[in-house]
Amino acid sequence: MTGTDGGAGRDRSTPGEGRTDGGAVDDHLRTDGGTGPTSAASSTPSLLGSDVLKIVALMAGIYLLFTGFGVALGYGTNGIVNTLQRVTFLAAVYAMAVLALNLHWGYTGLFNIGVAGFMAVGAYAMMMLTAPPSAPVPGLGLPFWVGAIGGTLAAAIVGGIAALPALRLRADYLAIVTIAFAEIIRFVFRLSALQTFTVFGVRMGTGGARGISGADPDTVLTDLLFSIPIVGSEVVIPIPGTGTGILIPSVLGSISTTLQGMGVVPNVVRGWVYALVLIAVVAGFYWLLTRIGNSPFGRVLKAIREDEDVARALGKDTARFKIKAFMLGCGLMGLVGILWQGSRGFINPTENFLPQVTFFVWIAMIIGGSGSNTGSVLGGALFAALLFEGPRFAVNVVDANVELGSAPSTISAAVADLLGGDVTSMAAYVMGNIDALRFVLVGVILIYLMQNRPDGLLGHRKETAASIDLSRPARTRSRGPTDPEVAADGAGTGAGSDAGPGGDGQ
Amino acid sequence: MSEVDADADADASPEPGSGRADADGPAGAGTATRTAEATGAGGREDAAGDRPLRVEGLAKSFGGITAVDGASFDVERGQLTGLIGPNGAGKSTTFNLITGFIQPDAGAVYLNGSDVTGRPPYELADRGLVRTFQIARELSEMTVLENMMLAPMHQPGESLWRSVTPGPRRDVQAAEEEALERVWETLEFFEIDHLAEEYAGSLSGGQRKLLELARALLTDPDVLLLDEPFAGVNPSLEERLLEHVHELRERGYTFLLVEHDIDLIMENCARVIVMHQGQILADGVPEAVRADERVIDAYLGGDVE
Repeated sequence: MTGTDGGAGRDRSTPGEGRTDGGAVDDHLRTDGGTGPTSAASSTPSLLGSDVLKIVALMAGIYLLFTGFGVALGYGTNGIVNTLQRVTFLAAVYAMAVLALNLHWGYTGLFNIGVAGFMAVGAYAMMMLTAPPSAPVPGLGLPFWVGAIGGTLAAAIVGGIAALPALRLRADYLAIVTIAFAEIIRFVFRLSALQTFTVFGVRMGTGGARGISGADPDTVLTDLLFSIPIVGSEVVIPIPGTGTGILIPSVLGSISTTLQGMGVVPNVVRGWVYALVLIAVVAGFYWLLTRIGNSPFGRVLKAIREDEDVARALGKDTARFKIKAFMLGCGLMGLVGILWQGSRGFINPTENFLPQVTFFVWIAMIIGGSGSNTGSVLGGALFAALLFEGPRFAVNVVDANVELGSAPSTISAAVADLLGGDVTSMAAYVMGNIDALRFVLVGVILIYLMQNRPDGLLGHRKETAASIDLSRPARTRSRGPTDPEVAADGAGTGAGSDAGPGGDGQ
Repeated sequence: MSEVDADADADASPEPGSGRADADGPAGAGTATRTAEATGAGGREDAAGDRPLRVEGLAKSFGGITAVDGASFDVERGQLTGLIGPNGAGKSTTFNLITGFIQPDAGAVYLNGSDVTGRPPYELADRGLVRTFQIARELSEMTVLENMMLAPMHQPGESLWRSVTPGPRRDVQAAEEEALERVWETLEFFEIDHLAEEYAGSLSGGQRKLLELARALLTDPDVLLLDEPFAGVNPSLEERLLEHVHELRERGYTFLLVEHDIDLIMENCARVIVMHQGQILADGVPEAVRADERVIDAYLGGDVE
């Protein structure tokens, strides 16, 4: 490619003698110009198809693995279905969180390590808006929908406030500001002084260290789905005159009955319905963010990530773009906080929203590859299934089938045994401490990825930031694959006519 | 067929027509106002119309070092003006001051008659003053096409809600189609259309310079400030780049370029401004500047016979 251009450069200065050369170059250029755009054009729709296929294939693989775990552990149908529900839930919430973070880091290059803080703002705002006024930690008693929208907006606004001073700073300072902000938020919610307070005569509160209960998205959304005719509730079409009617069973109802017939308890079925809602939200996030990515707005974000000064020199008010992107991402994180940490209608600052949540989301994004929405979903699912849940199951399976004897109490004792040739001692230690040790595994995988696949699992992807196909438009193309030599000659010497036939013709 | 094509191409290159030709003043009529020796065409000092860019008493110091010390000059419309000076003369700082990347301690910058001192770069670009960078700053993880599509000003799709909402998004796409045509025409004009699908980061140094100039043009500038556009460019590409600059100048674009290569400046610019230790040492037509004793002492040295 580069060589070709070099040739073109030389030809340009000596149009006369460059003619024959020019012909050869023409062919090169024509091939490039011809195949490049067409392949890009045809790959755009199929890319989405193959991406969905990748996600489906990954989930199928994950389900197969966990079904295997369930069988090996002797779970019944209920146990297996429940396990798969849990994995789906985690995969979906991580996918959402990673998608939101990807807007910050992957697209715009904003180093936000306060993800947990913005989730907390969303979830707390929702709880405080929806908690019943009579509860020990009183709230406004508003419906879930108001709480969810309020929580999302609150997270976006808090994000905006955090961003205003921080976005004027360079990337690393934004990181410091966001992580500090996240911790400040968590400690503010923990303050006993804010356990309950009165604003304009209305009693409210954060619950302090005890936490707060409010609307339960799990119940609300599952009930909603079950109340949709055909989808969730059966419909009776009355037959006039007879006093009876035709009963159309609902989709979810039928599935639920079938599952219950197989021994699955109703709660697990409801859990699955909530997981389906979350999958729909993931699809919504994906749609929104892909649309943003494939637009002039997304193009400016990408340019800011690459070199903010260039974007500014080209007339873009980069601060405004950054704040918009940051606020949107924070709002989405707030929504994730509501649907994830708040999913059981109760949150507290000592368990939820710890800084490690932020880092899990980051790891998931790095696994999937920042900058790609498909990668974000894959990374979220992979992290949740294989690194977060997988090790525990794997250890349980081994535990159930292999007798390893008692584990040494410290790692040094285990290492000493290992050096002494006793492998089982180390194995037993690993098994006993898997909850902590799986994060060592995460670290190892992270190091491996950084060295061998820095662009994430999907590798480097060309996701063009534009709302349209950028290949040569028809009007320009109709002139034949225009050969720059011809154009140049035409402009410079008017001798373009001879150069033409070789290059154009076909 | 190809004859017609060729002509179409030549015409269709960036900013077709747009009535800039009138501004194309007689070459070499550079009025040398501050160099005593130079007695050029004399002072059409009047309107900002002839001098889109004017700088007055610009000063900037970093800590104890005075980088720019009361620089005053102007740039004529439709001309190639060169800004030269030894290392550390304050050329790049002057550039950054004019384009709003750093704030001056004193002095003023006028663009088309209005005071734009200290305005942010994006606002200056909006008013028609666009710069390129000394080291070509392509957006390397973006393709050449994405780089180019970024440049046009006021794209409707740069609004977040418009680019997402189904109805308005159709307008966004229509605007993109329009921009895309200009992008391809410009790529063809600069003869880098065969690189369109490549990542900008994989281009050679010279190709990046072409890309940067092409990208700057898509913002519809009046005045282009080129910071060492020929540094690290091989001779044949340099010639090509120069041809492009001259062709654009003939169409009425105004250029101010910082350059190290004195011969190149002397041969190509209608007017040369020499900076030394943060001050304007000489300002006039190349012949006059070349003959200026102070310039010879400060900078040119033995270069001048």
